[in-house]
Amino acid sequence: MPDNGASQAQPAPSTTTNGAAAETKRQRVRMLISALGMLPVLLILCIGFHFLSEGRFFTGQNLGIVLQQAAVNTVLAAGMTFVILTGGIDLSVGSILAASAMAGLTLSKLPELGMLWLPAALLTGLGFGIVNGALIALLRLPPFIVTLGSLTAVRGLARLLGADTTVFNPSMPYAFIGNGSLTFIPGVASIPWLSVIALLVILVSWLVLRRTVLGVHIYAVGGNESAARLAGIKVWAVLIFVYGISGLFAGLGGAMQAARLYAANGLQLGQSYELDAITAVILGGTSFVGGIGSIWGTLVGALIIAVLSNGLILVGVSDIWQYVIKGLVIIGAVALDRYRLQGSART
Amino acid sequence: MNNPILEMRGVSKSFFGIKALRAVDLTVYDGEVHALMGENGAGKSTLMKILSGAYRPDPGGEIRIDGSLVRIEGPLGGRNAGISIIYQELSLAPNLSVAENIYLGREISRSGMLARGVMREGVGPILKRLGADFLPSTLVAHLSMGQRQLVEIARALHARSKILIMDEPTAALSAGESARLFALIRQLRAEGLAIIYISHRMDEVYALGDRVTVLRDGRLVGSLDKPEIRADTIVRLMVGRDVSSFYKKDHDPKAGRGHPVLAAIDMADGHRVRGCSLTVHAGEVVGLAGLIGAGRTELAHLIIGASPKISGRLELEGRKLEIRTPGDALEAGIAYLTEDRKALGLFLDMSCLDNINLTVLGRDAKLGWFLDRDKAHERADRAFAGLSIRAANVGVPAGGLSGGNQQKLLLSRLLAIAPKVLILDEPTRGVDVGAKSEIYSIIDNLAKAGTAILVISSDLPEIIGICDRVVVMRAGRIAGEMTRGPNSPLTQEDIMALATGMEHLDA
Repeated sequence: MPDNGASQAQPAPSTTTNGAAAETKRQRVRMLISALGMLPVLLILCIGFHFLSEGRFFTGQNLGIVLQQAAVNTVLAAGMTFVILTGGIDLSVGSILAASAMAGLTLSKLPELGMLWLPAALLTGLGFGIVNGALIALLRLPPFIVTLGSLTAVRGLARLLGADTTVFNPSMPYAFIGNGSLTFIPGVASIPWLSVIALLVILVSWLVLRRTVLGVHIYAVGGNESAARLAGIKVWAVLIFVYGISGLFAGLGGAMQAARLYAANGLQLGQSYELDAITAVILGGTSFVGGIGSIWGTLVGALIIAVLSNGLILVGVSDIWQYVIKGLVIIGAVALDRYRLQGSART
Repeated sequence: MNNPILEMRGVSKSFFGIKALRAVDLTVYDGEVHALMGENGAGKSTLMKILSGAYRPDPGGEIRIDGSLVRIEGPLGGRNAGISIIYQELSLAPNLSVAENIYLGREISRSGMLARGVMREGVGPILKRLGADFLPSTLVAHLSMGQRQLVEIARALHARSKILIMDEPTAALSAGESARLFALIRQLRAEGLAIIYISHRMDEVYALGDRVTVLRDGRLVGSLDKPEIRADTIVRLMVGRDVSSFYKKDHDPKAGRGHPVLAAIDMADGHRVRGCSLTVHAGEVVGLAGLIGAGRTELAHLIIGASPKISGRLELEGRKLEIRTPGDALEAGIAYLTEDRKALGLFLDMSCLDNINLTVLGRDAKLGWFLDRDKAHERADRAFAGLSIRAANVGVPAGGLSGGNQQKLLLSRLLAIAPKVLILDEPTRGVDVGAKSEIYSIIDNLAKAGTAILVISSDLPEIIGICDRVVVMRAGRIAGEMTRGPNSPLTQEDIMALATGMEHLDA
C-alpha cells in the first residue's frame, strides 16, 4: 500500500506488546457480547412462556404463528436498520406500507394489469422512500422532521388511493405469499412464505451491509459524517439509498399485508408500525446515533416483539396489560443491555 | 493608582502528571493593560481557566486579589472574586436580549415575575458609558461581533469586575471594530480597571500593552515594562528552547525538487482566506506556518474542495484542475490529513481494516459492488508492517488505538491512493515522541520517492526540522516565504516575526 516508499520507514521497537494483548482480549470479549446481543433475552422469554403456558409455546404450529407474525415487522425493521445506521430515523414506514398496499390492491383489480400489483406496491414504497431521502440529503432537512411530515402526508395519500374505503380483492394474483407455506417435507416441515420473504430480506440486507462497498459507506456515514465527506464518500447518495431501501421494504411489507388480508384500508393499515420497527432495531443493539449495529440484532429484536405478543396471549394476559408489559420489557431489556456493555467496557 | 490588584504566587497546574503551568508568579496592577503572550500551548489558557474557576490550581500556590487571599472555585468563582473573562468564542445566548444576557443568572424578579423593564433600565447607563449603538432590548442574534463583545464587556462592568481578561478579542473583528475596541480598552484603563490582554498580534501589544508577560512551556519566562517592550526580546522569550534532534530529513530538496506538482493561485473563501498562492514541487516538503486562526487549515480545505471558494484556481502538474469535493481531490491524487483526526478523520467504531481501505474500496470492488476482502486484508497488513502500526490485529476498532497509531492509521488510508500531493495538517498533534519520529521518517521517505508534501504545523521546531521551505500565513494572507539554504538556516525567530507581523514594526 505505501506505494511511495513509506514501507521503508523503520519500525521503532514495540514497547506496548503486553498492553496490546490485554486490549485484544478485552475487545474480543466485547465483540462476543455485542454479537450475542439480545439473543439470551429472546431465549429466556421463549423458555419462560413455554413453562407459563404449560408447554404450548414450543409447538410447530405456534412457532409458525410467531414467525408469521414477526415477518412484516422484520422487513420494516430491516429497512429501519439501514436508516438508523446512518444516524437517521424513518417515521413514515407505517404510512408508506399502507399507501403501497392500497396502490397494489387497486391495481390488482384491473384485469389486464392485475399481475403487476406486486411491483407496483414495491415501486410505490421505493418512490416515497426516495422522496424522503432526497429531502434529507439534498435539502439537509432533519430526518425526524421530514419523515414525521411524510408519516402524515403519505397516510393521507393512502386514504385517497381507495377513496377512503377498504379495497377488497379475493382473487389476487400471488396471494399465496400471504397465506401459503413453503413445504420442505409434506406434513412435517413447512415455513410460511411471509417468513421466507422476511428471512430473504435479512440475508440481502446482511449482504449489502457487510459485503459491499456501499455497506461500509453506510457505517462510515453513521459513524462520522464529516470524516466520510472528507474521505470522498458521496454522503448524499448514501442517504438517498438508505431512505429508498426503507421505503422499498415498507412497500414490500405493504404487499405482504395485502396478500395476507386480500384487502387494505388506507386509514387503518400499518398504524404505528414504525414504532415496532424502531423498537426491533433498538432491541437489536443498533446505536441510535448511528455507525454501530447489525442486521442479525434487528432480527432478534423483531422476534422478541413477536414472542412477547404471542406469549402474553398464550398465557392469557389481558389486552390492556399486554401493552404495559411489552413497554416495560422493552425498557428493561435495553437497560440491561446498556448495563452489561458498560460492565464489559470497564473490565 | 497602580496598586497590585492581582497577585499570583507559585501557581501550578498539572494534568495526569504533566505540568501545564509551573510555579507562575504574576502581578497585575490596576489601571494597566497587561499583555500575556506565548506560543500555542504555552499555558495561557490554563492560567486563564484557573482565574475563572474552571480549573483548580495545584496546592502550594496562592492567589491574592486586592491583597487578600482568595480561592476561586466553580464556574462563578472568578466572577465572584471580581474577575471577568471574555473568551474568543463569546458566551452569549443569541436568542435572548442584551439586557437578559447581562443579567443572565442574576435576573431580577418582582413577586416571581421577571422584571424585564427594571433590567433594561439597569443596563442602560453601562451601555451608554461604553458608547453602545444598540438598545437593551435588542436580541443578541441581531448584533455584529463587535457589538457582542461590547455586551460581554458590559456584563463584566455590571458585575463590578476589577479585572477583565480578554482572549484574542480582535480575532473575529473588522479593522474598524478593532479600533473602537482599543479606544474602549484605553477608556476602561483610565477608569482604573486592570486588563489582561491575551494576543498573538505584536502590533496590538505594542499599541496597548503597559507590560508584557511571556509564558513558555508553562513557565513565566519574563515580564517586560513598557520601555523594554521590543519585538525581538519578546520573540526570543517566546521561542527560546532547544530544538530536539529527532527530526529526520535525509531527502535532498535540490535533487528531489523537480517540476511543480501543485500550484494554488489566489485562493480565497471570503473570510478566513483572503487570496493565497503557493506552489509545492515534487520531492519537496513545504511548511505552512502561522498562528492559530491565520487561515492555514481553511486554505487546505479550499484546496481539497472541503469548503467553497470564491476565487482561485488549482494546477496539478501544470494542468488546470477543477475540484469541487474532497472526492475530486482524492481522484486527482491530492490527499489531506486532517488536524482533527477524531472528528474529521477516523471512524472510531470501525475496524482498522475498514479505516485503511475506505477510499479505495470502490476501486478494488469485485463486480463494482462487492468488497474484495483479500485485497483489503493484504493492504491493511502491509500498512501495519510498513508504518509499524501497533494494534492487536487489523480487525480491532480504530478507537482503541493510541494517538500515534491512530495518526499512522489515517496516514495509511491516504497513502493507499498513492497521492502525488500530500497535505498534512498538524501531523504530530497529540502523538507521543516515538510515533512522532516515525511520522517524520515516513514524511522523509515519501519526499525521497517524489511526493509533493505540504505540512501545516504550529510546532516551529518541527517545521524547521523537516521542511525545505516555509510559507508563513498571517490573517488570511501569505505573509512571506523562507527557503532553507546552506548558509541561511530557517529560524523560529524569522518565522515568528512573519507570523505575528512584527517585521514591519522593527524595520
